[in-house]
Amino acid sequence: MTMFKSMSKSARSTFTTYAMVVVAYVIVQILANGGMITNSLTGQLVPICAYICLAVSLNLVVGISGELSLGHAGFMSVGAFAGVVAAACFSSSVPNDALRLILSIAVGGGCAAIAGFVVGIPVMRLHGDYLAIVTLAFGEIIKNIMNNLYVGLDSAGLHFSMTDANSLGMSGGTILINGPQGAVGIEKLSTFFAGFILVIFCLFVVLNLIHSRSGRAIMAVRDNRIAAESVGINVTKYRLMAFVISAALAGMAGALYAMNYSSIVPKKFDFNTSILILVFVVLGGMGNIRGSVISATILTILPEMLRAISDYRMLIYAIVLILVMLVSNNPTLKGAWANLRSRLRGRRGRPKVAAAEAAGDAPEGGDSDE
Amino acid sequence: MSRVSEALKPNTKMVPLPSDYIVPERDVNEIPVLECRHLGIDFGGLHAVEDFNLTVGKTEIAGLIGPNGAGKTTVFNLLTKVYAPTRGTIMLDGQDTAGMSISRASQAGIARTFQNIRLFSSLSVEDNVRIGLHNQVHCGMMPGIFRTPRYWKSEREFHEKSLELLDVFDMSSYAGITAGSLPYGAQRRLEIVRALATNPKLLLLDEPAAGMNPSETADLMQNILKIRDQFKISVMLIEHDMDLVMGICEGIAVLNYGKIIAKGTPEQIQENPQVIEAYLGKSREA
Repeated sequence: MTMFKSMSKSARSTFTTYAMVVVAYVIVQILANGGMITNSLTGQLVPICAYICLAVSLNLVVGISGELSLGHAGFMSVGAFAGVVAAACFSSSVPNDALRLILSIAVGGGCAAIAGFVVGIPVMRLHGDYLAIVTLAFGEIIKNIMNNLYVGLDSAGLHFSMTDANSLGMSGGTILINGPQGAVGIEKLSTFFAGFILVIFCLFVVLNLIHSRSGRAIMAVRDNRIAAESVGINVTKYRLMAFVISAALAGMAGALYAMNYSSIVPKKFDFNTSILILVFVVLGGMGNIRGSVISATILTILPEMLRAISDYRMLIYAIVLILVMLVSNNPTLKGAWANLRSRLRGRRGRPKVAAAEAAGDAPEGGDSDE
Repeated sequence: MSRVSEALKPNTKMVPLPSDYIVPERDVNEIPVLECRHLGIDFGGLHAVEDFNLTVGKTEIAGLIGPNGAGKTTVFNLLTKVYAPTRGTIMLDGQDTAGMSISRASQAGIARTFQNIRLFSSLSVEDNVRIGLHNQVHCGMMPGIFRTPRYWKSEREFHEKSLELLDVFDMSSYAGITAGSLPYGAQRRLEIVRALATNPKLLLLDEPAAGMNPSETADLMQNILKIRDQFKISVMLIEHDMDLVMGICEGIAVLNYGKIIAKGTPEQIQENPQVIEAYLGKSREA
């Protein structure tokens, strides 16, 4: 405990986030081994992990980099299908399931990173609402490409086509991705443990990035682009960096997600999924990584928990969403919470900070200069 | 050949005209920190800045004054490459800045503060300075993510250097506080610290004393002199507070309607009839 106290504020917050995930994993594992989790919830464990990764990665763009991206499911989709194809390709050469899963997830992440880079170059010329609309369009483009993509594997290697399955020119072999029908006969490689590791990996990447030189540059661009440029930061480079890392992590999550099911269709990764991930981020708090983890978990479990009241399920879900938004933005409740926290800490005394904060009518940095 | 005709000859290395210096007794053989030659920018049909010739020597404190709307901030924006000039050249320590981006100009040695404070207000005071140190301390993305020894070394360097810089303005006790919650005067000082962190040759201060009371302004004057002496840099400032301008500037240029109407020492400027006219208007008898 003394060690915990000696850590800096940010290190403590990071530690809490990791600890929370590990504890949650251990508890769920114990419950699952004791048979205390329903089947439907057990089936949700890997998707929960995937959604946590997606929320954390989107938070890097929306919260840390400050750009509203509405096409995150597109990168998830690229990762999912690339991962599925990779898993099939490696099925004979890499007999070890765990290693094959890692390789497939890496391929999924790599392909999504490339997609993120290609999309990012034109997108990073834009700001604000325009960027949001263009990412939305790119998400749809990716979905439509996947809808028309045919991939087959035979002894000669991989075959690609954008017209139909017959034009693949296969001699035997299997069709891995069959256009709108998506991928079928996927080997179920994903496990809850793999999901847990991927969540830890995503947290590791994003949290470490935030507390490094690159991460500070990304946040500087978010806070004040002109000032960031004036201290010599290459704005485009760092916006693109956040976007590509985010896409790569989304691709990894997509690969994990896809390999939890025996079949997956491109339609799954549509605009609704992008919005769902964005809801996780907004609800958990922009830039708040731990919040994303919590909200992704709760909002994925919630519909399952509400199965009992099947007819009113989505109604209750929507009401819960609205309530959480109202409560989390209520200034009175926020004030009370801050009060409680400072009172809990108050006994140990917080000298300078409170004094300096009280000292000033501190104006916000204006935005109407030039 | 006289210096003047040499300068007018095309494709020869520019030699500063003695008349361009605001402080007349500068050593003209030394490469000046800043040299603007026939600088101009048009916004549509408006000549916002026209034929702006100015040379700032090393470790000089220069003032740029003028009535509201004279184009002072536009000049700063030209110097920092926010705007590309329509005409003319800007030489920074002997290096032509044509075609540079804003961030590239910063790396070339020009730093600025803003008229409306532009801090990274959601980040801590120390992080603001660390971001200013962006091009002074290096650590790539991968070492940053995977926390290699390089990362720890760079973070230590960031920490030490930023506290050192904050100490110049006695601000190291604020290091952990969110920049946006600092009192107004401290925000202005932090902006200067952040600009200093980029290791500039020329520091541009856009109305550093705006909103300050007389005692804060007096402190600011001492601080500007202190950073000039400590960091051996040139300072160019836009300011409406004449006590500050006349008190610390060695040379002053007066801008009106985008043109320099007078240049010289504070004494010369105070007596210049054109300056008096620009500020106060013509006397009735004239």
